[in-house]
Amino acid sequence: MSKKKLVMVGNGMAGVRTLEELLKIAPDEYEITVFGAEPHPNYNRILLSPVLAGEMTIQDIILNDHQWYTDNGIRLHLGKTVNRIDRVKRRVIADDGTEESYDRLLLATGSNPFMLPIPGNDLPGVISYRDIADTDAMIDAAKRYRHAVVIGGGLLGLEAANGLKLRGMDVTVVHLADWLLERQLDETAGRMLQKSLEGRGLKFLLGKQTEALVAGESGRVAAIRLKDGLQIPADLVVMAVGIRPNIALAESAGIYCNRGIVVNDTMQTYDPKVYAVGECVAHRGIAYGLVAPLFEQGKVAANHLGNYGIGRYTGSVTSTKLKVTGIDLFSAGDFFGGKDSEEIILNDAAGGVYKKLVIQDNKLVGGVLYGDTADGPWYYQLLRDGQDIHEIRDHLLFGQSHVGDVGHQGHSKAAAMADSAEVCGCNGVSKGTIVKSIKENGLFTLDDIKKHTKAASSCGSCAGLCEQILSATIGGAYTPAASNRKPVCGCTEFSHQEVRDAIRQQPLLSIGETMRFMEWTTPDGCDKCRPALNYYLISTWPKQAKDDPRSRLINERAHANIQKDGTYSVVPRMWGGLTTSAELRRIADVAEKYQVPTIKVTGGQRIDLLGIRKDDLIGVWKDLDMPSGHAYGKSIRTVKTCVGAEHCRFGTQLAMDMGVKLEKMLFDMYAPHKVKLAVSGCPRNCAEAGIKDVGVIGVDSGYELYVGGNGGIKTEVAQFFVKVGSDEEVMEYAGAFLQLYREEAFYLERTCHYLERVGLDHAKSRVVDDEENRKALHGRLLAELKDAKDPWAERIAGVEKNEYETLAV
Amino acid sequence: MPEWKSICHIDDIPRLGSRVVRPKNGGSGEPGTGGDNADRGEGGEGGDIALFRTSSDEVFALRDRCPHKGGPLSQGMVHGNQVTCPLHGWKLRLDSGEAVAPDQGCARRYPVRIESGTVFLEI
Ligand code: SRM
Ligand SMILES: Cc1cc2nc3c(=O)[nH]c(=O)nc-3n(C[C@H](O)[C@H](O)[C@H](O)COP(=O)(O)OP(=O)(O)OC[C@H]3O[C@@H](n4cnc5c(N)ncnc54)[C@H](O)[C@@H]3O)c2cc1C
Ligand code: SF4
Ligand code: FES
Repeated sequence: MSKKKLVMVGNGMAGVRTLEELLKIAPDEYEITVFGAEPHPNYNRILLSPVLAGEMTIQDIILNDHQWYTDNGIRLHLGKTVNRIDRVKRRVIADDGTEESYDRLLLATGSNPFMLPIPGNDLPGVISYRDIADTDAMIDAAKRYRHAVVIGGGLLGLEAANGLKLRGMDVTVVHLADWLLERQLDETAGRMLQKSLEGRGLKFLLGKQTEALVAGESGRVAAIRLKDGLQIPADLVVMAVGIRPNIALAESAGIYCNRGIVVNDTMQTYDPKVYAVGECVAHRGIAYGLVAPLFEQGKVAANHLGNYGIGRYTGSVTSTKLKVTGIDLFSAGDFFGGKDSEEIILNDAAGGVYKKLVIQDNKLVGGVLYGDTADGPWYYQLLRDGQDIHEIRDHLLFGQSHVGDVGHQGHSKAAAMADSAEVCGCNGVSKGTIVKSIKENGLFTLDDIKKHTKAASSCGSCAGLCEQILSATIGGAYTPAASNRKPVCGCTEFSHQEVRDAIRQQPLLSIGETMRFMEWTTPDGCDKCRPALNYYLISTWPKQAKDDPRSRLINERAHANIQKDGTYSVVPRMWGGLTTSAELRRIADVAEKYQVPTIKVTGGQRIDLLGIRKDDLIGVWKDLDMPSGHAYGKSIRTVKTCVGAEHCRFGTQLAMDMGVKLEKMLFDMYAPHKVKLAVSGCPRNCAEAGIKDVGVIGVDSGYELYVGGNGGIKTEVAQFFVKVGSDEEVMEYAGAFLQLYREEAFYLERTCHYLERVGLDHAKSRVVDDEENRKALHGRLLAELKDAKDPWAERIAGVEKNEYETLAV
Repeated sequence: MPEWKSICHIDDIPRLGSRVVRPKNGGSGEPGTGGDNADRGEGGEGGDIALFRTSSDEVFALRDRCPHKGGPLSQGMVHGNQVTCPLHGWKLRLDSGEAVAPDQGCARRYPVRIESGTVFLEI
């Protein structure tokens, strides 16, 4: 069967991104032809500003070179403008007579800069700022002329003005509104911006309207005249007063347009054979002018062109950044606020920092940051997620490092870091390497960064920092996906929540079935999604779904921790940190018999035997005759205890006894991530219950329970959950909370991350306030753990024998 | 001279899993270890071999030593025609031993033949 023909008109960022998405999911569906009016292959238009400022070259910003088109079998017509679509015969005709026929047509014609309808707007020396040609014209003018006037104090105008100034021109910005970036900033931030740009030598005429452009003797523009009569010299006039979706071609072909080419949620125009994406379209009445929404549109269009038919584009919230090096500015959402909203403001005029957050119904709806934008991406994420912020409201203005989950490096300011500074401590990746890769490879997402540089791909604690670098480098083009919509991994479009829901609703019982039903794009998934799917299946259908050892990472498969030299470590369980002389003797014997090179007391109150060969594991376990400590598992780890009222003069409760009871209740409990508990006998808290997933602190009248603590990558203090009177209640509340976590959390979410997502109040409402539900949760946990088996004992008995035996030849 | 040796039945290797093959006289290092302490002579003969079986029942053999820092590939997760190293997550192609970009490196590949269910390795 011959392939269908896809013709794309407009070789810009939105269109080519759509093709990339399409080639990813349906590489053989179409024979593709592309028309581009510009003589260049697809380049990163948003980086024209750094080019103008002399920070980058045109070569740096090419996204898809000629080779890319060749490699993907795409016929490319450059420098040809399509000026007719014959929808009856399904073909397009370009200005030079080239014709191509199509089965599907993709319009991605972008937009045209708006030229003020004033006398002189067509004089030589009057240009817009849209493409490489304009940029070249500005660079050239800067070499030969002195006076530049930029009309329009929006993002584009200011970036143009800054670039021209850096290239040595005397620049004045004429702006109609009373302050700069009036659509992105409130007045206070606008004034601060103006001051700092004036500090760089730019001049501003605000609240002024242009009347005419005046020619000089040579016929080139020489001056600009304002409505109030003022006339100032201008050898170059850049009009940056807005853009208009480029719909002329579509309109002439009778395709319905209003502001832009009208499309539905699948990016289809009124002609079902014709799709449209990018700045040229109007979706639900909105024409977007930033790349992030356009990329989302492209993904949806590709999905439908590829005949998958599942994605829908439902609109975007956008954010902005000004790409003027050294000026930090960020805004998103509705930052003016209304009568129902509240504002939190920090205004440090002398320090050059201004922050305003607009809150409505306990949700962040908008924000403006000036001077310190490090937390911009985080606020933006909160905004897009529509997350309830009332629990973190006190700290909100101070940023994520005060509340969130960026890890140990989140608070350093990306912009201020030297290029040589290390960002990813795990993989040794510097800021410079990341910035270079973002620019050279045209990266737009955190996942792209992980793939290309390895940064943030290990422990992930630098993810926040990478996001900051990304947003500092590419500006508003960076949009973090709403976290509840983030795909599980590169193998699927679906998020953790969607996968969980499908498994429960369908129901789905095996990994293969789930991947088929949810149309996984890879044959067997990968090391990210398979463990997650396995967990969701066995936690949703504990008795029915079968655990798949092949979908567990090595530690959980071998039931020991792999070491850097390929040997394993063995941590037997010592209930509540208690041991006996007999156990210690056996440990000593094992250590001698198997020549264990290192014996260590762990941070979890037990003993680690390190450096054991895999084929010795079963023998070691057998000789130890102790149960597994699960030190390797996404499962219950330890219950740390202090000596408690058993011995301590301050103890109010029997901490060791309580700890052992909890640990026995939870034995072999697998979970989305590891789970650690601690029980202290009094508020002196020697067992460090304040940084555990569940912390129990004895007081005279009973116990206080804390949840969501974490002592790992980013220390998180546990939050008070409930106070109870008896041991039984401790077991019931702790068990119910953990079961809730097991049923609702996403794979690899620790309790603190889970609570950050759903809110402590949610957990309280299910466990503390709702007795029936609490008992049901606890009951489900106990039912599941009733037949818990010690995995080591099972393996001694022969389970998964192959895993531990080598084949000698 | 490399020669074909019978190793095991294909069902001795779990689907999407692997086995470790230990040549008796080939190894120059500690048996049972595959990491950076296992001195087996870069690029030389011998040492453990990882035998993988994919979901489509193809069998591949690579030297059990990741080009990154020597991780034992046999302990990794198999997906498609790749294995993810258990230590730091490099992905290697089973059919060529090449690391998947952006990582660079290659694990030695051994020829595999299957005859009526029996797996042969040329070592
Ligand atoms: C053995 C031990 C260190 C020690 O010698 O004391 C240890 C060793 C490892 N920890 Fe840990 N952690 C150990 C206590 C801790 C503690 C302290 C504690 O439990 O009281 C913490 C902080 C508390 C916490 O988790 O909230 C801790 C936070 C981590 C983290 C960060 C977790 C986080 O959510 O931020 C990781 C990484 C991960 O799990 O993804 C980690 C991962 C690891 C791994 C498993 C890394 C790996 O995947 O291979 C280490 C295995 C080393 C090896 O070669 O065997 N280890 N680790 C401790 C074992 C305790 C036990 O008896 O089970
Ligand atoms: C200087 C500058 C800075 C920017 N900075 C940012 C930023 O920081 N963040 C951000 O998100 N966005 C920024 N933008 C906006 C962003 O570049 C655009 O939103 C994006 O490029 C639009 O993509 P598109 O594919 O819809 O249109 P375009 O990229 O404009 O592509 C359309 C292409 O189609 C061609 N074309 C049109 N009609 C025809 C025809 N009939 N036949 C053949 N070819 C045709 C055009 O020549 C053009 O090449 C900036 C834009 C500029 C100019
Ligand atoms: S034991 Fe924990 S802290 Fe120590 S090196 Fe390993 S992961 Fe890092
Ligand atoms: S040793 Fe294989 S990834 Fe590091």
